Amino acid sequence: MSGIDPIETFRQEAQELLETLEQTLLDLEQRPDDKDLVARAFRALHTLKGSGAMFGFTAVAEFLHDFETAFDRVRKGEAEASKPLVSAALKAQDHVADLVAGGDDPARGQEILANLRAAVSGAAPSGATPCQSAASTPAGAPASETRGWTVRFALPADALVLGTNPLLLLDELRGLAPAKVRAAMAAVPSLEAIEPSASYITWEVTLDGPVALEAIEDVFLFIRDDMDLAIEPLSPVVPETEEKAPAPETAASESAPTPAAKKPEKQTAANERAATSLRVSAERLDELMDRVGELVIAQARLNELAAQSREPALGAVAEEIARLTASLRDTTMSTRMVPIGSLFGRFRRLVHDLSRDLSKPIDFVTVGEETELDKTVIEQLADPLVHLIRNSVDHGVEPAERRCASGKSPTGTIRLSASYRGAEVAIAVTDDGAGLDAVRLRAKAEEQGLIAPSTPMADSDIYPMIFQPGFSTAKEVTSLSGRGVGMDVVKRTIDGLRGSIDIDTQLGRGTTVTLRLPLTLAIIDGLLVRVGDERYTIPLAAVEECVELSATGGVETRGRNFMNIRDALVPFLRLRELFSVPGEPEPFQKVVVVASGSTRVGLVVDQIIGNNQTVIKQLSRLHSGVKTFSGATILGDGTVALILDVMHLVGFGQSLEERRRQDRMGRAA
Amino acid sequence: MSKTILVVDDSASVRQMVSLTLAQAGYRTIEACDGADALSKAGANRLDAVITDLNMPNMDGLTFIKRYRASPASAGVPIVFLSTESDGGIKAEAKAAGATGWMVKPFRPEQLLSVVRKVAGE
Repeated sequence: MSGIDPIETFRQEAQELLETLEQTLLDLEQRPDDKDLVARAFRALHTLKGSGAMFGFTAVAEFLHDFETAFDRVRKGEAEASKPLVSAALKAQDHVADLVAGGDDPARGQEILANLRAAVSGAAPSGATPCQSAASTPAGAPASETRGWTVRFALPADALVLGTNPLLLLDELRGLAPAKVRAAMAAVPSLEAIEPSASYITWEVTLDGPVALEAIEDVFLFIRDDMDLAIEPLSPVVPETEEKAPAPETAASESAPTPAAKKPEKQTAANERAATSLRVSAERLDELMDRVGELVIAQARLNELAAQSREPALGAVAEEIARLTASLRDTTMSTRMVPIGSLFGRFRRLVHDLSRDLSKPIDFVTVGEETELDKTVIEQLADPLVHLIRNSVDHGVEPAERRCASGKSPTGTIRLSASYRGAEVAIAVTDDGAGLDAVRLRAKAEEQGLIAPSTPMADSDIYPMIFQPGFSTAKEVTSLSGRGVGMDVVKRTIDGLRGSIDIDTQLGRGTTVTLRLPLTLAIIDGLLVRVGDERYTIPLAAVEECVELSATGGVETRGRNFMNIRDALVPFLRLRELFSVPGEPEPFQKVVVVASGSTRVGLVVDQIIGNNQTVIKQLSRLHSGVKTFSGATILGDGTVALILDVMHLVGFGQSLEERRRQDRMGRAA
Repeated sequence: MSKTILVVDDSASVRQMVSLTLAQAGYRTIEACDGADALSKAGANRLDAVITDLNMPNMDGLTFIKRYRASPASAGVPIVFLSTESDGGIKAEAKAAGATGWMVKPFRPEQLLSVVRKVAGE
């Protein structure tokens, strides 16, 4: 029974329910008349209240009770799901999240509730019964004791079918005191008229001992309304104990004023139709991934041994294990994939709040919520996306008047979309705002000394300036953005995730920032190559083709190497030179053509060894400054191969060539 | 042989708490997350009792009770429903649908056990 902590489960569940509630409230703001949404919000409140009380979160339960009472008016159609109401409800939802997390601020809670009640048009029933009334005991019924009782009862005809077992009732009575049981069979019909599932017997039980009347009534708690029950004391005692005292539960459940309301059966949200699923802690998945990684390495070693031994049986096993390992790897990876929708949901609230604070009406559209990404990637994406969206709201979308003046609809649109692009996922934040002004950006960059005044630069090279630390063109700092921190966080995080950023903007029309991210971080397919005595892995996703560098194939133009591939000039870098490998290059050099951003670059190597599955091991912190390698991997024979970070490597190579070119020009002059 | 109890609730934490309590008392439990799930599990297992929430997605507790009672296999199987005090008159409705007993949320594990013993025995 160990290992499961119901309170922890409750916390997780509460978080999910609160998220559902938040989404539903936000939807409700868009479609205030949607009854299904109201019902869904109500149910989330209700479930949370129920389980909160069960696990001792009384403050949560009490607050939710009042929240629910206020919201009930919306459900009954007495109040409208107006904007102020949704805002108040969102605040209340935040407060519940605080309470669940352990915070408690009753004054604030009362204030929020007051707002909420005001929002459901004043006359909300105040003095709502607190949740804990169930604990109260019925007053006025003194525990009357006598020397014994006679209890006579007959069950309703259908009681047996409906699950009431008279034997259990008799057992329970016997448990109270020594009892004598007599069955009166008078009502039993003749054999042919008997209905086997019906109950015909009247029982008479004599309890010989001091027993409280309530204890006897409790035995019949569930059926006493429908049955004949007579309880008489054996010797005459205080007569008023004969009065029926309501059993505690009955009292509690009838004290609430709310009339019965049928819960809607139809539920629209498909995602609530929870597939059979299991909660597993993220650490265990990480652990599993680690093990699979090690298995992949061991399997590579086995493959190598099998290839050397020339033993066909061993080869067959090795192949089988390779296949199993690959599918195990895929399955393990898929368990770590999380739909990005879970992340998108948070931003709706963000945009809602920002749009209210800045009084810019904004439609927030999300596309591709079902796109899945590695859990770690998703977690790290939250911050960059917050910055991008804030930036879009604050700097991108213009104030309504200005939008009208330039002939746009006064309501701005921000679109957050995700889609697969090969082994990558592209996440784009698009706004239909003012767009980036290259001239202004450039002026600002020069002012801040980020670029020299005379350097010729294409507009597309200027846009990425917004990701420079400290760079901001905002004329004044708002509470949201403009301090110049934030966008560089985006760049840093995306770089850390081995992703890339594209900016596409049109002055006056809007901006799209696209983040491209690898599907997973743990294992990649790589192309193993050799340069000198060292081996390196190039991520296969980046590789376009492999060609041979013919002795005369390379053309040098102004210090840059180009080669002709099917009539296209492709620049290439000699890794031997880049890594300062001593000795003469081998006679037959190979070129691996990789895609870096939108350009193609050839990497010249000594030998192409082949595909391998690569488990990425992070470089030590000592080497964290090394950008040209994104990590290392252990090969089948136990040696280490560095993994090339293609984008950084190409950048590094180009800067090296640039320096060499300038050296040469300096010498020539 | 230990008795089998079907626990129906959309809240995983409540299910877990109920199951844990019952399991410690020697009952065997089957969990279902809503009425539809419960109905299919009730069809596939021989049950000694059912504990069900009323307010659930897909199929609520009342519908589940009615549908389950419509099958002969349910004869004599006690059904306890869970309700909160604000459910008010729903108790009568649930009893009319075929429920045997009820329990008011929140409840403590001992209360749960006493109700289960009351309707299903040890």
